[in-house]
Amino acid sequence: MKLVNPLTAIFHPPPTPGVLGVFGHLDATVEAIGKLRHGGHTDFTVYSPIPRHEIEDALDQPVSPVRMFTLIGGIAGCAIGAWLTLYMSYDWPIVLGGKPVGSIPPYVVIMFEMTILFGALATILGILFNALFAARRLGTVAYDARFTNDKFGIFVPCEAARAGQVEALLRGTGAEEVRRA
Amino acid sequence: MPETATAPARGTRVTYDFVTRSIARTLGHPGKGYFALLGSAVALLAVGIGCLLLLLRYGLGLAGYSHPVYWAVYITCFVFWVGIAHSGTLISAILFLFRSGWRTAVYRTAEAMTVFAVMTAGLFPLIHIGRQWYFYWLIPYPNERGLWPNFKSPLIWDEFAIGTYFTVSTVFLIMGLIPDIAAARDVVSGWRKRLYAITSLGWRGTNEQWRHYTRGYLYLAALATPLVLSVHSVVSWDFAMAIVPGWHATLFAPYFVAGAIYSGVAMVITLLVPIRKLFHLDELITVHHFENLAKLCLLTGLIVSYAYCVENFTAWFGGHHAERAAFWYRAFGPFWWASWTMNICNGILPWLLWFKKIRTSILGLFVISIFVNIGMWFERFVIIVVSLAGEPYERFANATYNPTWADWGIMAGSFGWFFMWFLLFVKNFPAVSISEVKEVLPAPTRGKAVHA
Repeated sequence: MKLVNPLTAIFHPPPTPGVLGVFGHLDATVEAIGKLRHGGHTDFTVYSPIPRHEIEDALDQPVSPVRMFTLIGGIAGCAIGAWLTLYMSYDWPIVLGGKPVGSIPPYVVIMFEMTILFGALATILGILFNALFAARRLGTVAYDARFTNDKFGIFVPCEAARAGQVEALLRGTGAEEVRRA
Repeated sequence: MPETATAPARGTRVTYDFVTRSIARTLGHPGKGYFALLGSAVALLAVGIGCLLLLLRYGLGLAGYSHPVYWAVYITCFVFWVGIAHSGTLISAILFLFRSGWRTAVYRTAEAMTVFAVMTAGLFPLIHIGRQWYFYWLIPYPNERGLWPNFKSPLIWDEFAIGTYFTVSTVFLIMGLIPDIAAARDVVSGWRKRLYAITSLGWRGTNEQWRHYTRGYLYLAALATPLVLSVHSVVSWDFAMAIVPGWHATLFAPYFVAGAIYSGVAMVITLLVPIRKLFHLDELITVHHFENLAKLCLLTGLIVSYAYCVENFTAWFGGHHAERAAFWYRAFGPFWWASWTMNICNGILPWLLWFKKIRTSILGLFVISIFVNIGMWFERFVIIVVSLAGEPYERFANATYNPTWADWGIMAGSFGWFFMWFLLFVKNFPAVSISEVKEVLPAPTRGKAVHA
């Protein structure tokens, strides 16, 4: 019996079956997105070399949860800054310049810097988490190297029986190239 | 080696493909001029390393410190390099929030400059502390004596500010690079393709990736904007919180921030002129971009000149004898040459930028930018060294301060270090943002010519 490496399922998952359309024009892509949504497709992937509001509007996706990462990171950073300065001051109390041992005004600088530092790092984590680890069907969806250059693309996951219908839809809206994956 | 891009004929628009290929082309073999520059940078760095090793072996006595001048060329270089860093974040974050389209062609260079300038700046306090091997005492960590840093000291604020600035500007640069590395990955071949496949972190430009990315980038820019204003303010408080006449001024924070952006924009111009020539980016980085940088330079230069006037006026109008004496010493004391270099390079020279002819002349801008850099270095020298040397409270102890070969050698080394990293970056990663340059182009739509 052949043993299956369990990591293969994680790192090399089998490709998702579906249809990939390559578009040369932004308006054609937007039209195709509208028709796909109208036809009941919800989980297709749109590739574009640049972020475009037209595509965003056509997809009508919810606002990215990255903002929660930023907010929580920033608040945590500010709190850590406050804790760091106040705890360390009272842990070994020395009166400096006749000021209270824990005096807030100079510590605001540290709290501010820590807010920015933790806010920014949490934002990065938020992007990485959402765009890489939590992304749907990561690495299993058909891709074309031209999508980072000058072509737009739409991948519609579907079983072989419905593929012909999707192909016709993509071609009808002006896809330059359509292929099954 | 990516295919050679051909410039679009007159009348047709610049296509996405042209942008990708002309930027990916910079990742190839840049020619002799590039290697000559890189070689000089490495040679300068070697000089600096040699001086630093001697300094480590024989101590700070090799540098020209003499009472009461214990902050000297190293701290001057520190402030100079932190200042250089600032315009990068201004162009990449603040102008991003202002949605100015022209920044797209130059912001990557400026941002890389930021990261490498902060890397350079961070070395100087460590060199300056004397027993460099105890640098980790700056970090608040639990130690056996139970001591913590003094958070009421501006020096510890500075450590947090610079540390945060370096971290945030680095992640900001890397974040912006990811879609561009992916675009480069898809057009190059060989070992670079493998390198970019790893460093692009699986970027494919899907709607989901862009959704999180654009949001996150917006927040990073929104965080970097107050950060950049805070960092040089905190650096200025290293001085302004002390009572030395010439340092102790509430003006310092905005004065330093404007000066930082001024010197940084000048450095961006200094760097872009050779980069544009070496990598044939004339179609992407145009005279229009240089003119906008020159306008930014003029604006911040005027703020700096205004700060000089206010500084002198306050010293006179305040009527405090020590403050007046300090400013008299600055202008007419033994360091008059440093003050007047600063005044001429920073206060008078930018007035040339009022003329459109000069703003649109690349050579003219290059020359002016170098003088601005010299002037801004001397500004920090005047503020730090001259204020200490002429300190009126310690008139009896005033000594003549002369920097030594150890000061100049390590300063030269810092330029080598900075240019080495910058040149290596430009050759190996997209020096102009591929995706953002495309964003300012009209999108290809049906019915319009899309071929170059």
